[in-house]
Amino acid sequence: MWLYALAGGGLIGLAATLLFLTHGRIAGVSGIYGSFLPPVAHDLGWRLAFIGGLVLSGVVAAVLAPSAIGAAARSTWVLAVAGLLVGFGSSMGSGCTSGHGVCGLARASARSLVAVMTFMTTGAVTAWLAGGV
Amino acid sequence: MSAGVTSCGARCRVMSLVLAGAIGALFGAGLLISGMTRPDRVIGFLDVTRAWNPSLAFVMGGALAVYAVAMRLVRRRRSEPWFDVQFHLPTRRDVDARLLLGSAVFGVGWGLGGLCPGPGIVAAGAGATGALVFLAAMTLGMLLQRRLGAPRAR
Repeated sequence: MWLYALAGGGLIGLAATLLFLTHGRIAGVSGIYGSFLPPVAHDLGWRLAFIGGLVLSGVVAAVLAPSAIGAAARSTWVLAVAGLLVGFGSSMGSGCTSGHGVCGLARASARSLVAVMTFMTTGAVTAWLAGGV
Repeated sequence: MSAGVTSCGARCRVMSLVLAGAIGALFGAGLLISGMTRPDRVIGFLDVTRAWNPSLAFVMGGALAVYAVAMRLVRRRRSEPWFDVQFHLPTRRDVDARLLLGSAVFGVGWGLGGLCPGPGIVAAGAGATGALVFLAAMTLGMLLQRRLGAPRAR
């Protein structure tokens, strides 16, 4: 299991590197996705293509490896609340697991280190309080 | 185009979009292989009190190891990316209340549903009902934050 995690992580790092090499951009998913909402970013092309690629990987997985998409861990209502908090929080905190957790930490950004320690802590406490899956 | 995008002809423009799409798909493949698109795995990682599954720590470890080294190489070897006139890096250094509160709220949502934005989009692409609801709510949350945060943003 850890080997898949390490290999998948390596691919994420490779993809983030390629986005930086080709487009000079940080692979922060919440930031890229959020730029579709007002105030809408000026050059939407690469952003739409990147998010389209993410969606495409999900479509392919649904056909070839459906087990890679886990079942929902919580009820639909809880997921709606979770989504609301994730959207609100990542927008307010200028980043999520990819932007702060991978790209920011790799640049030794103090802001990202604080963000990661904060969301890891509140995430751990929430997962514990919400109970086992 | 605004900042960026060099004198790039139509073919080069198409190439830049195709590459961005392929990179997004590669990023998604990494999320899928690593287990980040499995909410039970994510919650099992975050909740250290029950059957703790630390394997997802290797996702961040693997991604960091590759990206930290490779992006430094890119910066050292090149003055600009392929399809832009400059690298775009965050410049802020201040740790403020918005960063702390936003990250705290984000973590609560992540621990609650076991999904963060990337895996949420991938799982929604796979047609998972829960992820589609999550993604719609996430979009709403972003809109809400901008509506509330905009007047005092600067």
